[in-house]
This record gives sequence, C-alpha cells and structure tokens, in this order.
Amino acid sequence: MNDFYIIFTASLVAINCALMGSFLVMRKMVMLGDAISHAVLPGIFVAYLISGSTASLPILVGAAFSGILATLLIEWFTKKARMQSDAAIGVSYTLLFAIGIILISKFGQNADLDQQCVLYGEIEYVSLWLKPIFGSFMLPKQSLILLAVAALLIGAVIWGYKGLFITTFDPNFALSTGVSVAFWHYFLMGGVSLTTVVSFESVGAILVIAFLSGPPAIAYLLVEDFKKMLYLACAIGVFCSFAGYYFAKWLDVSVAGSIAAVTGILFVIVFVALQLRKRNVDVIST
Amino acid sequence: MSIWQHITTFFSAENYNLFVISIGSGILCFAAGAVGTFTYLRKRALIGDVISHAVLPGVAIAFMLSGVKNPFYFLIGAIFSGLLSIWIVDYVQAKSKLKPDAILALTLSVFFGVGIVLLTKIQHGGNSAQSGLDSFLFGKAASMNLFDVKLFSVIAIINVVSILVLLRGFSLISFDENYAKGLGFNVSVIKSLLALLTVITVAIGVQAVGVVLMAALLITPAAGARYLTNSIPKMLIFSGLFGFVSGWVGVFISYSGNGMPTGPWIVVVLSVIAFIAILFGKQRGVLARLKLRKANNIKINNENVLKDIYKLAEKGTQTISVKQLVDIEKHKPIPLISVLNRLEKLDYIDQIRGMIIINDKGRLAARDVIRKHRLWEIYLSKYFQLDPDHLHDDAEGIEHVITPEIEKHLIQLLDRPEKDPHESEIPY
Repeated sequence: MNDFYIIFTASLVAINCALMGSFLVMRKMVMLGDAISHAVLPGIFVAYLISGSTASLPILVGAAFSGILATLLIEWFTKKARMQSDAAIGVSYTLLFAIGIILISKFGQNADLDQQCVLYGEIEYVSLWLKPIFGSFMLPKQSLILLAVAALLIGAVIWGYKGLFITTFDPNFALSTGVSVAFWHYFLMGGVSLTTVVSFESVGAILVIAFLSGPPAIAYLLVEDFKKMLYLACAIGVFCSFAGYYFAKWLDVSVAGSIAAVTGILFVIVFVALQLRKRNVDVIST
Repeated sequence: MSIWQHITTFFSAENYNLFVISIGSGILCFAAGAVGTFTYLRKRALIGDVISHAVLPGVAIAFMLSGVKNPFYFLIGAIFSGLLSIWIVDYVQAKSKLKPDAILALTLSVFFGVGIVLLTKIQHGGNSAQSGLDSFLFGKAASMNLFDVKLFSVIAIINVVSILVLLRGFSLISFDENYAKGLGFNVSVIKSLLALLTVITVAIGVQAVGVVLMAALLITPAAGARYLTNSIPKMLIFSGLFGFVSGWVGVFISYSGNGMPTGPWIVVVLSVIAFIAILFGKQRGVLARLKLRKANNIKINNENVLKDIYKLAEKGTQTISVKQLVDIEKHKPIPLISVLNRLEKLDYIDQIRGMIIINDKGRLAARDVIRKHRLWEIYLSKYFQLDPDHLHDDAEGIEHVITPEIEKHLIQLLDRPEKDPHESEIPY
C-alpha cells in the first residue's frame, strides 16, 4: 500500500500542477510559479509559529498570504520601481525564501519543517498520516487535501474556461469585448498559489516547478489543441509520478528528485524524437 | 553578549580564521555582484537562477567520481554542468516553439532533481566523507575552511580582472549585439566568455550562499546599483561593493548568532541595501521619481491657471475674481488658492482683495504656454493629418513639456506660422 499512497499523492500534485501549468506555459509566466513556490516559505512558518501546529488550515492561510505578498512585491518592483520583470522575480523570491530559512533555523528546532523538506518534500513519509475513508480503506492526510484542491481546480477551470482561454490566447480581443484581463490574471494566480502551497508540503518546491513546467511543455510540443494539451499534460504528470517512483525505489534515492529527473528524461525523448522527425520531413520535402 | 563584544571578538587575533573567511566571503560576493551586472543588463536574471541550480549535479558527480571532498573537483564539475544547462536552454529555445520561461523552469527543476537524486544516492551509499555535501543547498560560508576560502578568493579576483579586461565587449553585447558585430567584435566568443565567467562565479558563490539563493547574489546587487547610476563601470563598482558588504556582514551575523545560516543572511542584508538604493537612488529611485512627478504636477497646474487668467484678461476684464476662475474655467476652489499663491510668489500675478491682476511677466509666461500649445497643434495637423477637433487634448498635455530647444525647432520646421488650425493667432 505504501507504493500506492506515494504514487497517488504524487499523481494528484501532478494533475493540479498540470492544470495550472498549462495556462502558465501559454502565458509565459512559469517563472512566476517558480517564485511563488519558493516565496510561500515564510508564510508557512509564521502560520506554524502562531498556530503552534502543522494542521493544514493555518498553514494554508499563511502560505497563501505569503504567495500574495510575493506577487505584490514583484508588482511593486515592476510598476512602482520600474524594475525589469525578470530581476523583480529574482530579487523578490530569494528575499522571501531567505527570510523563511532564517525563521526556520531560529525558531524551528522542534518543527517538522526543515530546510531539506522545503526543497524536496517528504513524500516518502505520506503514509505516516493516514485517515480512514470507508471501513479499512485509508488515504494519507496530504492526499485528501490535494484531492479537495484538485476538485476545486477542475471545477474552477471548467467554470472559468472561456475567460481563462480568451485572456490567455488573445488578451487584446478579451479587452475589446469587455472581459476583465486583470480578474482572470488574479484568478489564475490564486489557483497557482493554492496549488504550490498544498503541493509544497508533500513534494517540495523543486517538484512543484518540474510539474508546473514539464508535463505542459511536453504536451505543448505534441498537440495543437489546448483542451487536448490539458488532458495530455495531466496524463504525462501521472505517468512521470509512476515511473519516477519506481525509478527512485530501484536506485534507493529521493522520490521527488527522481520524478523531476524522469520528467526531464521524457522531455528529452520527446524533443529529440520531434527533431528527428522534422529532419526526416525536411529531407523528404527537399 | 552585546553586539559590541561580538564585534571585538570578531576582529580579535584568535579569530584570524574567521576574519579571513569573512573577507573571503565578501570577495566571492563582490565577484558575483560584478558579473551579475551583465546578467542584469542582458535581462537574464532567471538564467542565473538556472545556472545556480544546475551546478548541483556537477558537484555530486565530481564527488562520486573522486570520492573526496576536493573543492577543485567540485568546481570543475559545477562548471561543466552549469555550462551544459546554458547550452540546453539556448538549444531548446532555438529549436522549439517553447517560450524561454518554460524552458528555464524545466531545465532548472530537472537539473536540480538530478542533483538531489545523486545526493541521496551518495548519502545512502555510506561514504563517510559525504557529510556536509548538502551544505551546497544552503551555503556554509561561515564554516568554509581556510584553504577553500583562499582558493575561491583567488578565482574570484581573476574573474573580476577578466571582466575589467573585457569590459568594452561585455558592455556592447549587453545593449546592442548587432552594433557590437558591426564594430568587428566577435560576439559569439564574447558571449561564451561571459557565460564562462558567470558559471565560474556561480560555482564558487554557491559555496557561500547555496544553490537556491545564488540567483540573489547575481541579481540583487546589480538591481540596486542600477538605481544609482547610468554608467556601467560605476554600476560594476556599486554592485560589487554591495556584494562585498553583505558577504562580509552575513558571515558576521552567522557567527555571532550561533549557527545562524550564512546564505540567507547574506541575501537579507543584500536585499536591504538594494531596497535603500531603489528607494533613495538619486536619479531613478522611487522617491526621486515621486518628487519629480510632484514638481511636474505643480508646474502643470501653475501654467494652466496662468493661461486661463491671461485669456480672461485678453477678453477685456483687467481684474479677475477667484469666483470667475471657478465659474468659467471650472477650477476647483481649494487647489486654486494655493496655485494662485504660488503664482504670486513667482511674481506673475498680484492679488488684491480677492481680485487678480496679471502683470507683464505673467503675460509673457502665459503667452509662452499658449504659443507652445498652438505650435504643437499646427505640427500635429500638418505632419499627422489630424482633424482640427482632435488636436486640443494632445496639445493640452504637451504644452507643459516642450523645451525651448524643441520650440525653436518647431518654429523653424513650420516656418514661423501666424495662425493655428483654429485660426487663432500665435503669440510670439
């Protein structure tokens, strides 16, 4: 069962991230997701200090709070201080991450949070916190939260698909037809913050970024239609969770790192295959 | 212990090692700040992030192959995997429809993931020398050994000297690659050299602040320095100094705070310095720009009110009441009074018991504004073929910013016209 718990949890993270990541990839905003996933750290820790527990709700609130803080900070740098956007992202998230690490090492001796878990999570241990569902069937606490968020995200994407789609692919047209580009931007950012926050605890920052960028990027290379891209990205994410987990088990290494590595390998395979095919097509056509 | 005691012990002779380390950490951060100037100017801040994550697998492989913790091997491994990551980003970007941000995020996380895989492999392998390898994640400047510090400092200094030698080429490719090509520079060689220097700097900087925060060491000093100057050499110096100070202070805090992590403190100090520069920078700082905007607003209000007074006076009323300005020209009473007081101070008008009299100096100033307005209207209608009823709004804004030089140029260009498109006379 342990295998199942871990793969199930990772797959849920993969699906959440693939949904949000597909929009981020098309909007050229993946690095913002990267920034948020690092910047949630101080919020998580402050929430832990105040509430004194690692219960999910206060942690979620704290993380969401610092996710918003990060986006505001980045916006302040770009709009008010007119800094170029890449630098604004780099400066903001490193500062928040540094503050988070300092807080942890100052007050966190007894906390379950430590520096390693921030980066590569503790998905190996999800089965330590099981909750019964029906009868003897149990699921890890983490995956229940992830499941709820997945339901929320799928609902949100279905409900807001038109708005998200149009502001992603043709913001000017959206603007001219009176669709609020700003609303859908913050709608998506809210989703991204929520995703990174709930995923962060179980898989760590690095796998969140791999999942946000990898499966959508691979899907984008393979299909043209955006709806198909969404489905395919989710499927690829789940596949990478499977393959990555067994790869990790085989080599006895970190699961999160291994899933990220497998995502990279899959990308390389798809990329090279497409290059080869392109070359063949070129040869035939000339 | 008080801070003062901390400082005195910090500098005392028995802490010679610590002193050397703090200076060494400062030098590492100086080099990062200097190289980062170009990373910043070339808008490649996030590439710095990628490189710093990407050195991890290189370090791990170097350890696996050699079995010892030799900083020299680590450096070589780090440089290899750092360069590989840059090459991959560039290659995928050239060969696919993916946008840079997705490629950066993917490369960063995959390299880092591979690094973590290798690190955990090493840890589970039970090699006793492995302990401390994971300090690469968060840096360990305060606990570096003396030999490492000296080695890295020397490399950092060589780096900075190379930058100075290649300054002209680096500056050119930061702004205009084609122009650099036109001048006969070999752009691709210069770019590769810059990439190499960046990777070397990251590879040694990682020792001080760790993988995740290395991006800050490259970008934050340059981001702050950018608000202080427009010249690249000065920016290099500021940026390097910011790095040096925070590298040094970071080690001090880490030492006096009993095992506080060094890297995060370096980044926090760095960010504080950058914030101060961003807020108080003389030319581009946030406060300087707010002040400039306020001054502009005052000028615009002054000129608008003066213009209206002048127009009323031209219609025949020699004395104008505040009430007239409010009623006819729709000025709001409260700001109007302070504007009038300012105009009186500037000696453009006289106020006697609620009545306003414009004097000769005021007339001249008002005519200046009106002339600029009408010249601009002619210019727009002549060169942009705009209809007469579309001209006013644009001219309303621009009349306050046309300098005497532009005005002279306009008059020349338009052949000193007599009438504007609305058939009003132009006052010279």
